[in-house]
Amino acid sequence: MKIHEYQGKELFRKYGVPVPQGIAAMSVEEALAAIPKVQAESGSEVVVVKAQIHAGGRGKGGGVKVAKTRADAEAAVHKIFGMQLVTPQTGPEGKKVQRVLVEQGLPIEHEYYLGMLLDRASGRVTVMASAEGGMDIEEVAASHPEKIFKESVNPAIGWQDYQSRLLAKKLGITGKLAGELGKFLRALTRAYDELDCSLLEINPLVTTKDGRVLALDAKVNFDDNAMYRHPEVEALRDPSEEDPQEIEAKKYDLSYIALEGTIGCMVNGAGLAMSTMDIIKFYGGMPANFLDVGGGATAEKVTAAFKIITSDPAVKAIFVNIFGGIMKCDTIASGVITACKEVGLRVPLVVRLEGTNVELGKKMLAESGLNIIAASDMADGAQKAVAAAGGSK
Amino acid sequence: MSVLVGKHTRLVVQGMSGAAGAFHARQMVEYGTNVVAGVTPGKGGAKVEGLEQVPMFDTVDEAVQKAGANATVIYVPPPFAADAILEAAAAGMKLIITITEGIPARDMIRVKNVLSNDYPDVVTVGPNCPGVITPGECKVGIMPGYIHKPGKIGVVSRSGTLTYEVVHQLSALGLGQSTAIGIGGDPVKGLDHIECLKLFAEDPGTEAIFMIGEIGGDSEERAARFVKENIKKPVAAFIAGQTAPPGKRMGHAGAIISGGKGAASDKIAALQDAGIAVAATPAEMGTTLAKVLKK
Repeated sequence: MKIHEYQGKELFRKYGVPVPQGIAAMSVEEALAAIPKVQAESGSEVVVVKAQIHAGGRGKGGGVKVAKTRADAEAAVHKIFGMQLVTPQTGPEGKKVQRVLVEQGLPIEHEYYLGMLLDRASGRVTVMASAEGGMDIEEVAASHPEKIFKESVNPAIGWQDYQSRLLAKKLGITGKLAGELGKFLRALTRAYDELDCSLLEINPLVTTKDGRVLALDAKVNFDDNAMYRHPEVEALRDPSEEDPQEIEAKKYDLSYIALEGTIGCMVNGAGLAMSTMDIIKFYGGMPANFLDVGGGATAEKVTAAFKIITSDPAVKAIFVNIFGGIMKCDTIASGVITACKEVGLRVPLVVRLEGTNVELGKKMLAESGLNIIAASDMADGAQKAVAAAGGSK
Repeated sequence: MSVLVGKHTRLVVQGMSGAAGAFHARQMVEYGTNVVAGVTPGKGGAKVEGLEQVPMFDTVDEAVQKAGANATVIYVPPPFAADAILEAAAAGMKLIITITEGIPARDMIRVKNVLSNDYPDVVTVGPNCPGVITPGECKVGIMPGYIHKPGKIGVVSRSGTLTYEVVHQLSALGLGQSTAIGIGGDPVKGLDHIECLKLFAEDPGTEAIFMIGEIGGDSEERAARFVKENIKKPVAAFIAGQTAPPGKRMGHAGAIISGGKGAASDKIAALQDAGIAVAATPAEMGTTLAKVLKK
């Protein structure tokens, strides 16, 4: 799960991770009113207006403006609020800006990169830091991996101060600032652990001319599996940043991801769902979604899944690919039949069933009177679905 | 011959009184697995429907002392699963297979740390996996038993239903399996591809290996290097998620392309570089393995 930068910074404040003074605004009026407040609190005219959308690369798309005067700041608010912000991560249609963060400007000395995430190979959370801040860290990782320094967190004892000193030395941070970095990292690593984060990215982390270390940005992702014990984090979810079909799918505990293609997929199991997308593409089609109905799905869940797929207007054909293990084929058949009767079937439906109770499932579909194209295996089903959706592109 | 589970396995089912635990315990008994005990805290002495012959205990320790259990399978819900794994290790289980899906990564980081320090000889599989089956002998997990056939192909996979798909294809071609291991789709887990490859390499009953990977992490790349340097038996593979968009978690917590890493194309290139035959589509997994066997 993702949250906005300003929400991430509020969480940081609670944990004692230094962040700039700022006010989040949900409307133009709120943003305009925030400008003099931030100026007064920080004792400086300089403010930064930052678009709040979940995608990264906001600065490149014109979603971040530094303003030296109140009038400049007001102009920036009018420009950014409501704009359709296009970044490398939003896709060409962009994302409408409905929240902005008005923040104090800082006398920056140097910019660094700081990231925290799970290292699968060691099974430990790793802190990554680089003096090449503000840059595209993926580029740094590819071209100069030696410029990224790593320290892992021992889960039994947590982050240790010597690790901060090691990183400070490697980053070239000395004197009082090294001590400030130590406090910063102690607080940040505690936040990562206690909040069940899956990713923390601060790009840039800055040192200031007046001797402080602050998070100028905050990208905070959480482990979906742990959200049951963090209702306070769950409350930060912004539904306008999420696909409506993905929200609907979540209600039924379905794993759904909207994609760009025309063939709707309903599959059981994540690996099989991914490979169903792959085989559709192999035969020249494009999947409209990833959808895993899970292992223990009921007919009701299958019906919900089917409705979500058919509500996507781009869908020109549907491919149901089921390998029944725990999931019985007759359960799938009954869910599909119910859904077709409730919402109608406006596009061709290709069904491939295999596994537990397969004969019963096939018989139910055959006797349903629905216009279903039966497939003998995965390859056959994918080819038939591609043909039904209008052939390969 | 086989790896991990077989006729010697005396299984305890943790969480046997729950719906999933009871259903799969019945299926395992039906398959012929020697299920010697069930454990659910507070349910010691109770009877589970259809499993009246299997004694229920409050603790894994009792299952070891009174029923001689030597392996465990865990169906305990996510909030309590980490505790259940540690209880099993403390009771002396040497093989712990965790089926539970949705355990927080933080819990598994701690579990892994304790296991590697205090119980270095314990083998864990999962979590979020279909389990392990030695066809004709012992089924531990949630896979449909009837699609498997005893034979000489070792199967290791990060995905559940995709494992059924390859097993089904292999069985249809007359290629039975020595053991099929589902290692699961979570980022922090027990056995990884490499350890399973090692087991199959050392197993005289395994002649060839099929490996299923998916996007995310670099387990497949590391496995490819391992095969290149250490394995003489034929290996075929498939990688799921060639069309997955970056930054999106494809169902499994571990299946995500992030930071430009974990893409299917990199994994396929690494496998091919190691001389492993990679199936172009999931429909050709069985035939790809059959081809490398003939060589």
